[in-house]
Amino acid sequence: MTDISQPHTPDTTNDQFRKIWTSPRNLFGLFMTGLTGLFAAIAILPLAAIVINVASQGLPLINLDLFTKLPPPPGLSGGGLGNAIVGTLIVLGVAFVISTPIGVLGAVWLSEFGRGSKIAYWVRFSANVLSGVPAIIAGLFSYTIVVMTMGTFSAFAGGVALAVVMLPIVMRTTEEGLVLVPEEVRLAAFGLGATRFETVSRVVLPAALPSIATAVTLALARAGGEAAPLLFTALNNNFWSTDLFRPIATLSVQIYFFAIIPFKPQQELAWAGALVLLSIILIVSIVSRFLTRRKSY
Amino acid sequence: MIMTRNPQPTPKVVLQVQNASIFYGSFRAVRDVTMDIYANEVTALIGPSGCGKSTLLRCFNRMNDLVPGARVEGKITYHGKDLYARDVDPVEVRRRIGMVFQKPNPFPKSIYDNVVFGARVNKYKGDFDELLETSLRQAALWDEVKDKLQESGLSLSGGQQQRLCIARAIATKPDVILMDEPCSALDPISTLKIEELIHELKQNYTIVIVTHNMQQATRVSDRTAFFNAEATEQGNRVGYLVEYDHTSVIFNNPKQKATMDYVSGRFG
Repeated sequence: MTDISQPHTPDTTNDQFRKIWTSPRNLFGLFMTGLTGLFAAIAILPLAAIVINVASQGLPLINLDLFTKLPPPPGLSGGGLGNAIVGTLIVLGVAFVISTPIGVLGAVWLSEFGRGSKIAYWVRFSANVLSGVPAIIAGLFSYTIVVMTMGTFSAFAGGVALAVVMLPIVMRTTEEGLVLVPEEVRLAAFGLGATRFETVSRVVLPAALPSIATAVTLALARAGGEAAPLLFTALNNNFWSTDLFRPIATLSVQIYFFAIIPFKPQQELAWAGALVLLSIILIVSIVSRFLTRRKSY
Repeated sequence: MIMTRNPQPTPKVVLQVQNASIFYGSFRAVRDVTMDIYANEVTALIGPSGCGKSTLLRCFNRMNDLVPGARVEGKITYHGKDLYARDVDPVEVRRRIGMVFQKPNPFPKSIYDNVVFGARVNKYKGDFDELLETSLRQAALWDEVKDKLQESGLSLSGGQQQRLCIARAIATKPDVILMDEPCSALDPISTLKIEELIHELKQNYTIVIVTHNMQQATRVSDRTAFFNAEATEQGNRVGYLVEYDHTSVIFNNPKQKATMDYVSGRFG
């Protein structure tokens, strides 16, 4: 027993700082460290498994035809997913054009003009709810608003559905980026005689540009893989189409249809398509990471 | 008037504060300040924390407008014009009364774009390169940055960043420059450079500086205003002006005991 009322007398023996690995607290610490490492490994296991599985199934099936040819009729082999690749890019393009201005300008309002207000609170709350809405509901929304009024399934309707999926991601991520721009920088601009608009457009937005780019690529990666909202909006198309107001093939929907029919060539195309889709999303995500690294703040 | 270091016997009044009180909502932060700020002089505002010196400084170019609920009672005039009159556009006020902040806050842009920012938003018609060079020379930064004008302002050291902010303020061609503890985030050598710079700048500008450093006030200022804070019945603290005179008087021969106590380091 040490007497804590007395000053500590230093132990002059040489091994006073020796670490005793077998002491209960060190053993427990080691065990817990190991446990966190194990669970970290388990957490990345699904991604690793998916990438390995899709790559091993899909890689042998990648060839030029995949990118240039139309899908074969049921039961026949050969062909490719050229129209679906083009279709995915078109539908994503429509979604991008719709969701980016709304999301970015909405975020600018939230961060620069409505900050702290009741309306801003509800707008932010709605965006959060929207991001939790199942993607198929976004499709249903577009079906009611676009498909029913225009009387046809179309690439445009698919784009609207994906825009609904993208909007909350673009808006919330952009807002986070805008809020990161220090208040002092805004004050500096005001102090130089800039108006509120000039401060936002010349200082805050340029400073937040990497975050905005991240927001958009993140949203594109998320929307690009969605099949559910496209099932009854963009529908599908067995032929080449670049018409915005006609049904269009997309990779995600094509994979869905080919994966559930009992013909081997189609199932193989689905694997190859899955690999292409996964690659597109990985590339977009890596680009997004790269943009994030160049942040000003 | 033997003590005065000012060559002109009666300098022109640039800013006039008459019975000004500053409120945040219903809370009165500063009460009944009356003082004149003279052209081509450096006026230092000193006092303990919470005495309202920065608050007053921010009222001179209406930066306090950006704080919700902030309001001024009494009168603050600039060359005789009421700064808080209904028809005054605060943006125009800030173009003539520039500001340098406590923490260096360059924009995440190139050095070049930082300096000409004010000129761009003010639709300046002259030669940008010339404006850039004169502003950076006046801020004693030209030689250090002339070969890297396209590099980010954030790549500079803290002291250089603060001089960049001064150059940026000068480039809008203001009449008055307000400085809110411009050296408090800097090392002694950078501080010395900024102080030398302030000496140079008063040839062309009227400068009001808030500082916590009393030695700094004696080194740079012509006049010093000492503020103090006192508790109110509501339990808040309200700042007020104790004494305002030539710097040499404030530090050597103040009329108020509180000023004497503060400048001799007995409190604060």
